[in-house]
Amino acid sequence: MSGIYSKIARDGLWDNNVVFAQMLALCPTLAVTGSATNGLGMGLATTAVLVVSNMLISALRRIISPDVRIPVYVVIIATLVTLVDMGLNAWAHDLYKVLGLFIALIVVNCAILGRAESFASKNPILPAGFDGLMMGLGFTFALVLLGGVRETLGSGTLFSNAALLLGPWAAFLELKLIPDYKNFLLVILPPGGFILLGFLLAGKRLLDQRGNPS
Amino acid sequence: MDEPNKPRFRDGIPYQALLLGGFATLATLLLVAANMATQGAIEQRQKEDLQLFLTQVIPPAQNASGLLENKLQLPAPGGKPVTVYRGIGQGRIKALAWELSGKGYAGPIRLILGLDAEGKILGVRVLSHAETPGLGDKIEAQKDDWILGFNGLSLGDPPEARWKVKKDGGQFDAFSGATITPRGVVGAIREGLRFFEAHKAELLDPPKGSQTSGRTEP
Repeated sequence: MSGIYSKIARDGLWDNNVVFAQMLALCPTLAVTGSATNGLGMGLATTAVLVVSNMLISALRRIISPDVRIPVYVVIIATLVTLVDMGLNAWAHDLYKVLGLFIALIVVNCAILGRAESFASKNPILPAGFDGLMMGLGFTFALVLLGGVRETLGSGTLFSNAALLLGPWAAFLELKLIPDYKNFLLVILPPGGFILLGFLLAGKRLLDQRGNPS
Repeated sequence: MDEPNKPRFRDGIPYQALLLGGFATLATLLLVAANMATQGAIEQRQKEDLQLFLTQVIPPAQNASGLLENKLQLPAPGGKPVTVYRGIGQGRIKALAWELSGKGYAGPIRLILGLDAEGKILGVRVLSHAETPGLGDKIEAQKDDWILGFNGLSLGDPPEARWKVKKDGGQFDAFSGATITPRGVVGAIREGLRFFEAHKAELLDPPKGSQTSGRTEP
């Protein structure tokens, strides 16, 4: 039994990572990874939606017929995201002011539809929720890594504005790595994101080959 | 794995239509309910935000009171009337603030502009925007002090022709990688200052005494 869960965890975090292996969700990935903090915010918001949407779709998998599943998933995910958006705006307004920018982007995140289609629709609720969590954390890891590299090379800082996202205690994360750094524009713009993503992918392949020389 | 013996009905068109229609109806109902449940709270939050922003664009040192009470509605060129919040001290209008909208990279940028009675900028803040995180969002005062650079300026200083970003021949810096966002903000502020010049008389007319007469003040 625990074998399934460890496989789900490995898949989500590394082997089948949303960004580094499935190459999904590249649009939000490139859009928000200008800084590590933004990557973290987007990653966490996506994780929350992914867990709930996976569990919901898994619970409904016997009702939803294969022929209309895609529009039904789209309706479910869009509703869920809009509900989160409204709820945060009303009852967690300070958090909303920080995360609000990212929430609208989650709707177009094909990784969520991808997990609904390839995992949640075929598995019971608990593994589906766990898969959502692990895929989400893997996504967060990829975004923070890419955001960290782009921020370091592009603006010479790391985790800037982390205190806005996580609260004042996170101020220690904010580092100014290179004083008086003149911004490296290409890296901050989406093309630079693509190029660095390519390097990170190559790095992952290299690590995988070392571990498994076949 | 999960293949229960399907009833024939599930394969027919009516089931698909009902399923999709059912989910769409359910989603609509949920969203309507959520909208009703959150509308009041969201409006309340926005009012608190407005109050907070008003105190940021009109510093307390101006001794201007009653900003939320002394509202003035003026017709604007864009169609929707503008609500001007006016602070009063010693029977005169000391400070004004109202909302502007600029064209951003990803939709409108809502700003609030605070002026003193001479038309000098006391402060500008962004109320809401949908600009790219990490690039265009430097217009927020929390993330960058770019927006503070407008304090103390007015339509004559710099001259109107220089109220543009540097790329367009003006004097304001744009961010690396994001020109459209600062251009929208600068343009909106320029329009706001023009609006003040055009409606100076009505704007500076204190609410008590004469409401409708066209009394002009210097």
